[in-house]
Amino acid sequence: MNDMTPDRDDRSANLKGMGCSRKRVEDVRFTQGKGNYVDDVKLPGMLHGDFVRSPYAHARIKSINTEAAMALDGVVAVLTAEDLAPLSLHWMPTLAGDKQMVLADGKVLFQGQEVAFVVARDRYVAADAVELVEVDYEELPVLVDPFEALQSDVVLREDLEPGADGAHGPRKHHNHIFLWEAGDEEATNQVLDEAEVVTEETMYYHRTHPCPLETCGSVASMDKVNGKLTLWGTFQAPHVVRTVASLLSGIEEHNIRVISPDIGGGFGNKVGVYPGYVCSIVASIVTGKPVKWIEDRMENLMSTAFARDYWMTGRISATKEGKITGLHCHVTADHGAFDACADPTKYPAGFMNICTGSYDIPVAYLGVDGVYTNKAPGGVSYRCSFRVTEAVYFIERMIEVLAIELNMDAAELRRINFIKKEQFPYTAALGWEYDSGDYHTAWDKALKTVEYDALRREQAERVEAFKRGETRKLMGIGLSFFTEIVGAGPVKNCDILGMGMFDSCEIRIHPTGSAIARLGTISQGQGHATTFAQILASETGIPADSITIEEGDTDTAPYGLGTYGSRSTPVAGAATALAGRKIRAKAQMIAAYLLEVHDDDVEFDVDRFVVKGAPERFKTMKDIAYAAYNQAIPGVEPGLEAVSYYDPPNMTYPFGAYVCVMDIDVDTGVPEIRRFYALDDCGTRINPMIIEGQVHGGLTEALAVALGQEIAYDDLGNVKTGTLMDFFLPTAWETPNYETDHTVTPSPHHPIGAKGVGESPHVGGVPCFSNAVQDAFRAFGLRHTQMPHDHWRIWKTANDLGLHG
Amino acid sequence: MSDKMHIKLKVNGEDREFLAEPRELLIYALREHLDLTGPHVGCDTSHCGACTVTIDGKSVKSCTMFVAQANGAEITTIEGIGQPDALHVLQESFREHHGLQCGFCTPGMITRATKLLEENPDPTEEDIRFGMAGNICRCTGYQNIVKSIQVAATEMNSAKEAAE
Amino acid sequence: MIPAAFEYHRPADMAGVIALLEEHGDDARVMAGGHSLIPMMKLRMAEIPHLIDLQDVAGLKGIAVAEGRVTLGAMVTQHELIQHQGLANTAPILREAALVIADPQVRYMGTVGGNVANGDPGNDMPGLMQCLDAEFTLVGPDGQRTVAARDFYEAAYMTEREDEEVLTAISFAAPSGGYAYEKQKRKIGDYATAAAAVILQKDGGTCAAASIAMTNLSDVPVWSDAAGEALTGTSVDAAAVSAAVQAVLDDIDPVEDNRGPVAFKRHVAGIILTRAIQRAWGRA
Repeated sequence: MNDMTPDRDDRSANLKGMGCSRKRVEDVRFTQGKGNYVDDVKLPGMLHGDFVRSPYAHARIKSINTEAAMALDGVVAVLTAEDLAPLSLHWMPTLAGDKQMVLADGKVLFQGQEVAFVVARDRYVAADAVELVEVDYEELPVLVDPFEALQSDVVLREDLEPGADGAHGPRKHHNHIFLWEAGDEEATNQVLDEAEVVTEETMYYHRTHPCPLETCGSVASMDKVNGKLTLWGTFQAPHVVRTVASLLSGIEEHNIRVISPDIGGGFGNKVGVYPGYVCSIVASIVTGKPVKWIEDRMENLMSTAFARDYWMTGRISATKEGKITGLHCHVTADHGAFDACADPTKYPAGFMNICTGSYDIPVAYLGVDGVYTNKAPGGVSYRCSFRVTEAVYFIERMIEVLAIELNMDAAELRRINFIKKEQFPYTAALGWEYDSGDYHTAWDKALKTVEYDALRREQAERVEAFKRGETRKLMGIGLSFFTEIVGAGPVKNCDILGMGMFDSCEIRIHPTGSAIARLGTISQGQGHATTFAQILASETGIPADSITIEEGDTDTAPYGLGTYGSRSTPVAGAATALAGRKIRAKAQMIAAYLLEVHDDDVEFDVDRFVVKGAPERFKTMKDIAYAAYNQAIPGVEPGLEAVSYYDPPNMTYPFGAYVCVMDIDVDTGVPEIRRFYALDDCGTRINPMIIEGQVHGGLTEALAVALGQEIAYDDLGNVKTGTLMDFFLPTAWETPNYETDHTVTPSPHHPIGAKGVGESPHVGGVPCFSNAVQDAFRAFGLRHTQMPHDHWRIWKTANDLGLHG
Repeated sequence: MSDKMHIKLKVNGEDREFLAEPRELLIYALREHLDLTGPHVGCDTSHCGACTVTIDGKSVKSCTMFVAQANGAEITTIEGIGQPDALHVLQESFREHHGLQCGFCTPGMITRATKLLEENPDPTEEDIRFGMAGNICRCTGYQNIVKSIQVAATEMNSAKEAAE
Repeated sequence: MIPAAFEYHRPADMAGVIALLEEHGDDARVMAGGHSLIPMMKLRMAEIPHLIDLQDVAGLKGIAVAEGRVTLGAMVTQHELIQHQGLANTAPILREAALVIADPQVRYMGTVGGNVANGDPGNDMPGLMQCLDAEFTLVGPDGQRTVAARDFYEAAYMTEREDEEVLTAISFAAPSGGYAYEKQKRKIGDYATAAAAVILQKDGGTCAAASIAMTNLSDVPVWSDAAGEALTGTSVDAAAVSAAVQAVLDDIDPVEDNRGPVAFKRHVAGIILTRAIQRAWGRA
């Protein structure tokens, strides 16, 4: 075999399979400006839609006068709720089991809510007509605080029957949506009551927004001749959109074709179904012409799905030595005007019950109260699995607060509470079964690399120098250790609107040995066309460069639940590997026939099947593909195709260890990131280059959220952060360099052991940046201060601690 | 509504003429009258740079310029920077170093980078970060964008030296 | 975001501009780089039936440094301020200030004339021009006049300029001594949380003269005579700096916004001014 080895390596390299940093096939188009995004879609006779939006957060609509707008040359239609009502399209179901107004029906519930939809010859006329629609409002009292909303007599949702159950059980108050619980509250309280050490903290995870660079939009084209509707749009889940569109419109699903073209970033923003999509469809049906709707940035920030807005109160108990004994968490969740969270149906608070984190906590309880307010609806997972960022921020802050209470080092407190390698698969107190992990190894590697002890010594010296008046800068060391829960998910407990959260891959090998594979997911920058071909290359022996990957066209791609929650690799990636294995199984029979041996006497070798013990006798996949189509093989159907629908047996649990070193100017509140180290364990690594890119991007979004990015409202419900002047997106100038590292702990239940990585850096990054800020002030008595840590809030922390003299 | 005006531009080396309302933003004129859909609209308020084109030698956010203002100008968009069989060094470098993900900011990013390297052929990392600060990317965290530009600068300089 | 329709004018000379302003009155407005005006028009916060583009108007461009005086045409861009070598030698504070305005693309289009003329309290050049004791040249139907930068600003977006007048040039005596433009902002592209322009003359170990102006801490730029006085004649020691800071704090009147509450802004104003004074003194 020795003389075969170099050749085998060459063949292997030629495949560009799993594990290599294959350059992205997508980039050839993108670098030349030849992407095809929804606003690039241009159809003959296409009309443009634009919204009249509410300037008020809560108001009754007394009248809408569209006469002047209709009289404007070039205006084709102005739709209001009254026009949609006969079609039953003035309201639509949300992904969370609630319903939402498509166009304001009698009242408005948040600033920026869609009131009327103008359809015109071009975007200019449409914008002019929007100004001409006269809406007479009667202002109503505004509720922007969820705690106040739960006490208030003001009824926000008059459409809901008082006292009736909601989609997730009983409602305690007319502005209450649900109470969702996990764990054993009684047992938890008992442990907390009897514990040696207990500490409590309330933290607000502020409202923010995924804000991809491309806003949301759609183009609907109803062909009245053949009864077919084609819908292009910014959809992270095109197949779900087709089903929902069919249910809403009554058009049979086979007559609807949904296309997600290139998507300019999603980060959760493009999971939901928005009134703009529905209105473009209705307008196309009404006018018989294609109708385009593209929101502007202000509309995007004001009305499409926000993220977070969780008030979290935790109590954690431990022994004097620091062994955690129990955890209690209560959340007041501000969902805005409609419950439009994008969560699996049975999880109205997402996977918030992963909030025991990476720690072996024997008993725990979680209760989440969902509340209506006069804010935009949403509650999507912004670059994280469902509510996992909230959960990880919660536990990573509770650990820091407990360390303060115990006067312990926070790194050591984590270490003594980690779930041990030998405990996996590990069932957490709140029910999840963690698949695999080796937290101690990752943590030790991280701390050693950053020279943690030396950092702490430097920090202590800095504190002394500060006290002596020699410096006005403090040093913070941010730690975080996170466990994500991704890859939703097993159909037995995960569905969206009843649709099980499997995913799919269909592969077709061509006679000459190249291939096309289609999946139920859709890339928004993750590089699926590159990495899924790598999986197939390794599984089938066909070079990745000879495999086309297609997604996003529901007429051609197999049904799948889409791309969010880091589910593409764990679910569709598994489907891809298994479809590849089906190809290989058939190829083996064909190879055996061609080589005139028994099926069991051939074995797969990179890109071919060889006769066992006689490697000079082989058939390449190319030979086999040709034979599959062109040679009659007894007992074997012609062709070489496979399809796999994958229902994962469990979630996957990527994890990581992050350290941030930050210097903080106490006088101005300006933080400076000196160093950021990120160790990620996402199981088997398909393309290290892409993994590293995902980590850089996720960390930068984490930096933004931790250090200033928020959707803020004033008391009247006016959005204060409606443009990129005030909504913080860091530029290259505000962003540091990151050091990346990894360990590899494969998922035991995933066909290739991969766990998913796109969201980990955001989930782990937010608490790491926040902990760095807060740690800088620990020596001066700070326990906890709220994000976002923008200049004035950091300054206020210093001021409250008396550091300004 | 105001009357349409006769607009003449030289775009990517070609003379182009069309009728447009003065208020039409240059970005929409390029995208919709001339089918140059490389540059994109990201923020509408001149913060993100996805709409960046080069106008008479200046990097400009074309969402904040009326087509009337641009009348008579010479414009280069991403479509004029390289051709499929002869890509610009920056286009190659962004691919080589994973300087893009969703691709939406990339046309503006590369267009701006061509101008940056014209003005400063040998930039430090800090120069690149400062010189690219008018372009927002939501995906990459910039690290690989900076690297792509840095390597492209080195390659362009060596090519120039070799030619001399 | 789509602006309302307008009629577009691109006159070739000032006479043409003035004629249009006289003809259309309030319905007309001049535009230089457009980077303040166009976003307002797109948000429909400004509706301008007649837009007068100044790009072809002769005589509004160019930087002249001669006989101890600097003259900037109103259409000089921030980018040109940064690139101009003569200016970098004569009045380097302009370059230092221009570099912290907006971002590269905006600096290619944004003009010094537009920046000083529109009266936005967030703009950096007005405070700087007050620090430099610059004069603005205004041309109108009745001819030309000059107004001192220190007398130009009345309130937010309200200035000494009449509707039919155009700000055509800015001039100031070449500054000597140490200088600093210090600005705290949240990110690239942001207005100042607080910014300070400081020019100091040093005679031996003593401050012979001082000029101090602050940005975005009131509805107008704040040139603080008292702050300058507090430094003059001192060795710019801690007590003098603290007195200058106190003088500035008496003169500013910041309002709360997304950058933070008033107490924070006042504190940061003091810190930024202190740093600017120290840097300027180090360069004097």
